[in-house]
Amino acid sequence: MSTSAAIPALPSGAVARRRSVALVFSCTILGAAAQLLMKIGMGPHHFVPTLAGLVTNYPLIGGYFLYGVNTLLLILALREGELSMLYPIIALTYVWVTLLSYTLLGEPPNFFKNVGIATIVCGVAVLGGGKRK
Amino acid sequence: MNPDLLRSMLLVFAASVVGSFGAVFLKFGAARLDHRLLSFVNRQLIFGVALYLGSSVFYGLGLRGGQLSVLYPMISLAYIWTLLWARIFFKEAFTRQKFAGLALILLGVFFVGLGSG
Repeated sequence: MSTSAAIPALPSGAVARRRSVALVFSCTILGAAAQLLMKIGMGPHHFVPTLAGLVTNYPLIGGYFLYGVNTLLLILALREGELSMLYPIIALTYVWVTLLSYTLLGEPPNFFKNVGIATIVCGVAVLGGGKRK
Repeated sequence: MNPDLLRSMLLVFAASVVGSFGAVFLKFGAARLDHRLLSFVNRQLIFGVALYLGSSVFYGLGLRGGQLSVLYPMISLAYIWTLLWARIFFKEAFTRQKFAGLALILLGVFFVGLGSG
């Protein structure tokens, strides 16, 4: 198997910065989907604590798979961006998990959660929104 | 304080410290990537992934104790440790932009925790 040029060369400056933020952004979406799948997989309908039960627990397996892809994207992002700028952006996961719980799990909307996710979005916008002095 | 909550808080605190070091080693390992896929198999990345997984185990065990309003904001301590380690290990500057963004995120996670009861 040829593995040459499998990992693209690094762009520089603002392009790299925007790309690393976009990578962490996709990370948070995958992370939220992973958490939700794991939650479903660990629930009473799917969780059977036997080997046969575990290898056919597709939500749980899917959750772990997405978690793996999520880690891979984080590594690629960290290759080109600042750790101190990128890492807190992972908090966006809370935003997606909250929104998915409202829409898919039918959880009732909550005032504090809504204020919280709006504040997180503002924080991420400040961090990821480009250089200012 | 109720001993179960204290245990959960210690677990989540440990998760935040271990996770922040996981991120540091992922960054160290990422610097060793080149054009070969096999460059993903390097000591720093393996250690970083192990710490990252370890942190999620501590986190999961801790969250089983309930009290998400206390535990959710605690996991975001990891963002503060990471800011420190990034300065120490990678000479990344403290900037007003980073402090402001981080403060908003911590406040937001605190509110999500409040709403999670």
